[in-house]
Formats: sequence, C-alpha cells, structure tokens
Amino acid sequence: MSLLKSFFFRVFISALFLAVPILGVWTFVTADDHGWWFPENVSSYGGEIDYLFNVILTMVAITFVLTEVVLVYCLFWYSQKRDSKATFSHGSHTLEMIWTAVPALLLVFIAFSQMGAWNAVKIDMPDGTEADEPYSPDRPMMEVYASQFDWRARYPDEEGNFDGMDVVETPYDMYVPVDTKVVFRLISRDVLHSFFVPKFRLKQDAVPGMEIPVWFEATAVGEYDLICAELCGWGHYKMAGKVHVLPQDEYDAWLAGAREELRSNGSLD
Amino acid sequence: MSSSTTTQERPLGLDPEGTVHVSHDHHELGFLRKYIFSVDHKVIGIQFMLTGFVTLLVGGLLAMGIRWQLAFPWTEMPLIGKVLFPETGGVATPEGYTMLFTMHGTVMIFFVIIPLLTGAFGNFLIPLMIGAPDMAFPKLNMLGYWFWWPGIVLIAMAFGAEGGGPAAGWTAYPPLSTVEAAAPGSLSGQNLWLLSLTFVGVSSMMGAVNYVTTIVKMRAPGMTLFRMPLSIWGLLISALLQLFALPVLTAASFMQLFDRVFDSGFFTPPDVVINGQRPEELGAASGGHPILWQHLFWFYSHPAVYIMVLPAMGFVSDIIAVHGRKPIFGYKPMAYSMAGIAGLGFIVWGHHMFMSGMNPTVGLVFMTATIMIALPSAVKVFNWLGTLWGSRINLTTPMLFACAFVSMFIIGGLSGIWMASTPVDIYIHDTYIIVAHFHYVVFAGSVLGIFASIYHWFPKMFGRMMNETLGKIHFVGTFITTNAVFYMMHQLGIAGLMRRTADPYAYETYAHLQPLNQFISYSAFALLGFQIFFVVNFFHSIWWGKRVGRNPWKANSLEWETPSPPGHGNFDKQVEVYRGPYEFSSPEIEEDFWPQAAKV
Ligand code: HEM
Ligand SMILES: [Cu+2]
Ligand SMILES: [Cu+2]
Repeated sequence: MSLLKSFFFRVFISALFLAVPILGVWTFVTADDHGWWFPENVSSYGGEIDYLFNVILTMVAITFVLTEVVLVYCLFWYSQKRDSKATFSHGSHTLEMIWTAVPALLLVFIAFSQMGAWNAVKIDMPDGTEADEPYSPDRPMMEVYASQFDWRARYPDEEGNFDGMDVVETPYDMYVPVDTKVVFRLISRDVLHSFFVPKFRLKQDAVPGMEIPVWFEATAVGEYDLICAELCGWGHYKMAGKVHVLPQDEYDAWLAGAREELRSNGSLD
Repeated sequence: MSSSTTTQERPLGLDPEGTVHVSHDHHELGFLRKYIFSVDHKVIGIQFMLTGFVTLLVGGLLAMGIRWQLAFPWTEMPLIGKVLFPETGGVATPEGYTMLFTMHGTVMIFFVIIPLLTGAFGNFLIPLMIGAPDMAFPKLNMLGYWFWWPGIVLIAMAFGAEGGGPAAGWTAYPPLSTVEAAAPGSLSGQNLWLLSLTFVGVSSMMGAVNYVTTIVKMRAPGMTLFRMPLSIWGLLISALLQLFALPVLTAASFMQLFDRVFDSGFFTPPDVVINGQRPEELGAASGGHPILWQHLFWFYSHPAVYIMVLPAMGFVSDIIAVHGRKPIFGYKPMAYSMAGIAGLGFIVWGHHMFMSGMNPTVGLVFMTATIMIALPSAVKVFNWLGTLWGSRINLTTPMLFACAFVSMFIIGGLSGIWMASTPVDIYIHDTYIIVAHFHYVVFAGSVLGIFASIYHWFPKMFGRMMNETLGKIHFVGTFITTNAVFYMMHQLGIAGLMRRTADPYAYETYAHLQPLNQFISYSAFALLGFQIFFVVNFFHSIWWGKRVGRNPWKANSLEWETPSPPGHGNFDKQVEVYRGPYEFSSPEIEEDFWPQAAKV
C-alpha cells in the first residue's frame, strides 16, 4: 500500500472506532427526544430505581469513553510505520494493582448502593403496622391471577375473604387507589407469567404453586399498561392488562358499586 | 497438573529421534478415511467449522425472520416466509414467531458458537499450539464430531414437528415446556429439542475430555503451563467449565423429558390448570417446582456463556500480540482473570432469576457475586489496551476484527453491571437491554473473535492467504451494521420493550418504537448481506489464495513451525520450547519476533 493510501486507511479505521463512543454517547444524550428513554415514572420507588440506573450509567459511560478513546489512540498512533521496534514490556505490577483495586472498590460501592432499594421493593413489604399501611401480605388488597392469556384481579369481601360469594373479579382491568401502598398476591394458574408495569418500574414473575406478595404505591392518577414479561405461550404478546389508578374516593365508590352489582346480578358484566 | 519446566513424557507419536511416526506420505488414506471419518484433529476441526458455517446461516436467517416480524408485523416475510409458514402464505403466526426465536437462540448457542469455538478452533489449535502430533484420544475426537450430527438431525426434525417446532424459548422454562397442553409446539417438538441438546452435550463432553487430557499430558518438552499461549488457556478453562457444568444440564434435560414422556412431575407444581386440564387428571404426578428447572438450567447456562467467550478472549489476545508485534501485557493476570471468571461463574447463576420468585434475600448474594465478576473482565480489557500501548500495529483484517472484539466487549461487559444490580434489573429484566447485552458479548464479541481467528489461522489451515481487500470490506460493513443493530437495542430496552413479544405496537407504551425497530431490521439485513464478502473470500481463497510458507505473520507459537497446511502428525521436526509465546520486539535479537521453538 502506498504511504498516502495507508495514511487514509489509518484515519478511516480510527474514525470508525471513534464513532462508537461519540455516537454511543450522543444516542443516550438525545434519547429522550425520540422516546427512547424511560417512560414517565409514577410509583413511589421508581424514582430510586431510575436514580440508581443513572448512577451506574455515569460510571459506565466514563469507563466506556475512556477505554474506547485509548483504543482509538492506539489504533491510530501505533499503526504508523516506524523503524523502531515496539516497546518491549511484559506488564507492570503497579498498573495491575491499580486497575484491579480501583474497579474493585467502585464495584463494591455499586453493590452496596443497590441493597436499600432492593430491600424496599422486594423484601420489606408494607406489613400493616404503620398508619399509612392499610394492606399487608397477610391482608392484601387483591389477588392477581395470571393465566394464558389474561389477567384477573380479585377483590376480597368486606371481611377480607377471597373465597366468599362477594369476591369481585375484574378481567384485564384492575383498579387501585392513588398514593396508597397497595399489596397484592400474585398467582399463576398455569405457566409462568410476569407482572410488568413499566411506569411503576415493577416486575415480578407469577409462578404456579406460589403466592408471591407484591407491593407498589402509584403516585399519579391514570391508566397504565400492564404487560406480561415472561414467555407464556403463543398469545404472550397480547397478554395485556390495564391498571387504573383512581383517587381514593373514586376507588371506594368503584368497589362498592361492583359489590352492589354483584349482589344484585349474581355477576359483573 | 505438572508445572515443572520440562515435560518429561515425550509427545505421543514421536520416536526417540524426534521424527514423526505417521508421516503423511507414508500411506495414502482413502477419501472417506481422510476427509469424512478422519481421526486427524485438523480435519475434524475443519469439519466442525464448515458445518458451523451452515448452522450459522440457518441461525442468521431465523434472526432475519424475527427482525422482519418486529419491523413489519404480520406481513408476508420475503424469501424464508414461504418455507417457514407455507400455510399462511409466508406470514408469521404467533406460535411461529415463538418458534423463530426459540430456534434462533438454540441454533446459535448450541450449534454455532460453542462448536465453532471449541469444536473447530479447539480441535485445530490445541495439538498444534502445544506441540503434539494429535489429540490424546483421536477416535473419541472423531466420535465427538459425529455425535453432533444426531443433534443436528433432531433439531432439524423439530422444525417440522407435529404441532409446530419447539416454542418455549432457548431457556425452556416449565411448565410451558413440560405440559403439552400449554403450547402447541410442545408436542413432539420439545422432546426432539431435549434429545438434540443431549447429543450436543455428549459431543461437547467428548471434546472437553480430550482437550483437557491433551493439554495436561501432551505438551512438547519445555512447554510449561505458563508458556502456553492464552488461546490454550482459554480453551482449557472453557473445557473445564464444560466438564463441571454439562452434566447438570444433561440431567435437567432428562428430568424435563421424563416430565413430558412419563409424567414424572419434577417441575409440575400442584394446582395448575392448563388449557382447562389438570395434569393429575391426565395421570401426571405433581408436587414439583418450576423454579427447580431454572436453577439447574442456569447452573449450566451461566458458565456456558463464559464457555462462549473465554476461547475467543484467548484467540484475540494472541492475534493482538502477533499483529501488534508486542508481548501481551500482563500475561499472568490475563490467565488468572480467565480462571477467576470461571470460578466466579459458578456462583452467579441466580442473576437470571432475580424476578423468578426466588427468595429476594438470596438475590442480594447473587448480585454481589455477579457485580464482582465484572472485575476480571475489566482487568482483561485493561491488559488488552496495555498490550496495544506502544505496539506496532499492522492493520490486517484479523487485527481489525480483534480490536473490534475489544471495543464491543467493553460495551457488553459494562451493560452487565446494570443487570446485575437487582433494583435496576426489576425494570430491565427481559427487556431489550438484555438482548443488547448478550449480543454485544456473544455476537459482537465471540462471533467477531471467530472471524478474527479465521482470518488469522486460515493460512495454517489451507496454506493460502485470504484476500485482504475483501476482508477489509467485510470488516467495515460488519463493524458498522453490528453496532447499528445492537447498540440501538439498549434504547428499546430503556423504553421498556420486552423481548419475545411478537407484536409490541398494540401497547400504548411501545407504539412509537416501530420506526426504531425498522431501522434495526434494515441494519440487520445489511449485516447479513455483508457476510457475502466473507463467504466468497473464504471459498475463493481455499483454492486460489496466495500460497504461504510456514509462518506468514511472523508469529512465535508452535503451530507456525509446521508446514502450511500441516501434514498428518503435524510436526516434521522435533520441537522443544525455550520461551514464552509473546517475545515480540525483544531487544536481545535483531528480528522483532522470537519463536518459542527457536533455540537461540
Ligand atoms: C461483565 C460481566 C457480566 C455481567 C456482570 C453479566 C451480567 C448478566 C446478568 C445479570 C444477566 C441477566 C439479566 C436479566 O435477565 O435480567 C445477563 C444475561 C446474559 N448474559 Fe451476561 N454478564 C456478563 C458477561 C457476559 C458474557 C461475557 C456473556 C457471554 C459471552 C454473557 C451472556 C449473557 C447472556 C446470553 C444472557 C441472557 C440469557 C437469557 O436470558 O437468554 N454475559 N448477564
Ligand atoms: Cu406472557
Ligand atoms: Cu449469567
């Protein structure tokens, strides 16, 4: 290859590799404009999850840009024809220590900074002891049944029984009060499914043979997509539901109305 | 394992004078013995490679089917639609789409990546690089290849199985996979899938036994463990992973098969009603637990993801040293970090199960172990960069692909940290971020590493060079399209898009993502298109490439001491090893390379 041709080739290859961090960062920076970013968060713990995502994003982005830039620098600078030989080095003990210890500390930091949020979402369920905790795993607000390919919420009767005549069942749509710690039991009748409400930042598999307690607190009134997030068969893609978050009084009115209707008709229609 | 400076035993096949017993001009073998039922590790390696190309094409076409459906749901799929969905005139059906991604994953993992890395390169390189005339058990080696074939035939039969192909995902979670009423494709298709994987497992096992034995027992005099090229380290460690992890998958597959055929109920919980039927009513036992499968499956399949990358890491290290004319920076940390990845790899499987209903407190333990596994990966990246620093890079095609491996492994490794973090994983689990992550490590990492290796070792395999211009076009096209396809999947995932969803746009949350999916699909079609340059180059060069001598890249390791291509028995002179494989640009000699077998 002629000298000029080889120079242009070096520049071209380096530009190609440099495009990775540049376009990579640019994609993330402009993602929100295109709707390629998180959907709005409407749950009490979702903000914490987004925050942790962003903390890791910052650390990851810095590492990404630095390492990719070093790679590009080497590709460009050391691909030049030279008369001298390469640096004859088998490594450096000091450098190895540094680039083992520093990432190790950062990673331990990341691990520990996650634990609080995980506890809050999955381990420390509202247990009904606080004033603002009307529900608990033992006294859940509802049961959610997943089955091929639908969702069904069941609201207990006034005594909290799920097996009486007055259990209100709603297919596909479920109704919950806003600003309340809702606890429910997630149950599958058949195969695995997963309860995923993107705007709540909540996901939990439903497993046959298990009754898994789940909680969330919605912070804004509205209707939110409930999506099945675990392959459950051919109809998996259309196993959709809606979570309707209502003001407390509307929720109470809805539940009372549904019970009333159930008593008079023997069924909901 | 012996770590003395010289291996006492003489490699098999060498007589005391060091000449090769079975030389290639001794007696000509018939065509069948030489190319089909060969016991020569090089022929077996090339058999694995050529078969792997065919399965790669099949897996790639299945991926195009997935991409078509995601870009233009429920429209007629060009070319492959008519073959896959003849009843609907080429339009995907929901169960057909499920089969597409199930088979794509299965084919790529069990019939492409693992066979190419260990079957093709493991076979071809191990004896050559350690200075042995062949594998320790050549017949077992041949059987290893031929046991792969029933697996291929069975998985091909599964496509046409009654009721549709296997459709429970490559992860085959029960009860979807075990209860026939749950999925149309889980009639005979899933049984064939399980049997097929068992054969593939047996084949891998035969390979792994052979690789470990050969590396431990048959190194040339002077080839100490810490004089082995990193390729050999990668292959050794991944073979050890296979030996420890595969039995678990095999046992689990049999349990699933028993559940399906004999209603044993290992994974069937009480109280399920599937499609209106209780398994007990059909005579099935119950009282098992579906999560048991997930533990067993991931106990194999997490180590398996490292089986799919460690050899590539080794190859890429060797290629960077040769084409950068510089010793590997931190050889021992490189070897130790591979061992570290392998060790930690056995205690992190639970990170695939954070949302599974497993006790969330256990999740914290798996999270910590998983986050720490990013450490050895980071050490490897830093050492690759250290190797490149101050090097003299030749921008050859293998070097470009090797550097692309580093560039993209960085992305895949870093995104792993998000997923390992349990609270973040609540949102991103099973979204397209996961799909982006594992394609960056498995496709952009391992497959590009395989391309680098093919361009690098092709002269040894066939005695001819591949064409550099075609190689570079192939590289540039692949590099651009790979990033276009997989980088943008992070964006889909952050927007919440779930994997395995046949038609996402019906959801309000996803409706706006179709244009981005179309962009990704067009890029994917282009990615496949660029592979034509590779195929043409490969087959053209086998017959018409420029002839080369023993050591066209001026490399140090032992395979370059043999004729290109090496004859039966490999070495036509006795080899003894005097130094490590990375003495490039040494100030002690004039040349910028110093072969391991050169006395002075
Ligand atoms: C830096 C080290 C890595 C970390 C911390 C990591 C972490 C993870 C985690 C936590 C998951 C599960 C995510 C979820 O389902 O929610 C995952 C999935 C996956 N990873 Fe990695 N990973 C790493 C490297 C690799 C490598 C090197 C490979 C392969 C060569 C790989 C292949 C995969 C695959 C195939 C899956 C998806 C399996 C599936 O659900 O189908 N990962 N990774
Ligand atoms: Cu589903
Ligand atoms: Cu894993």
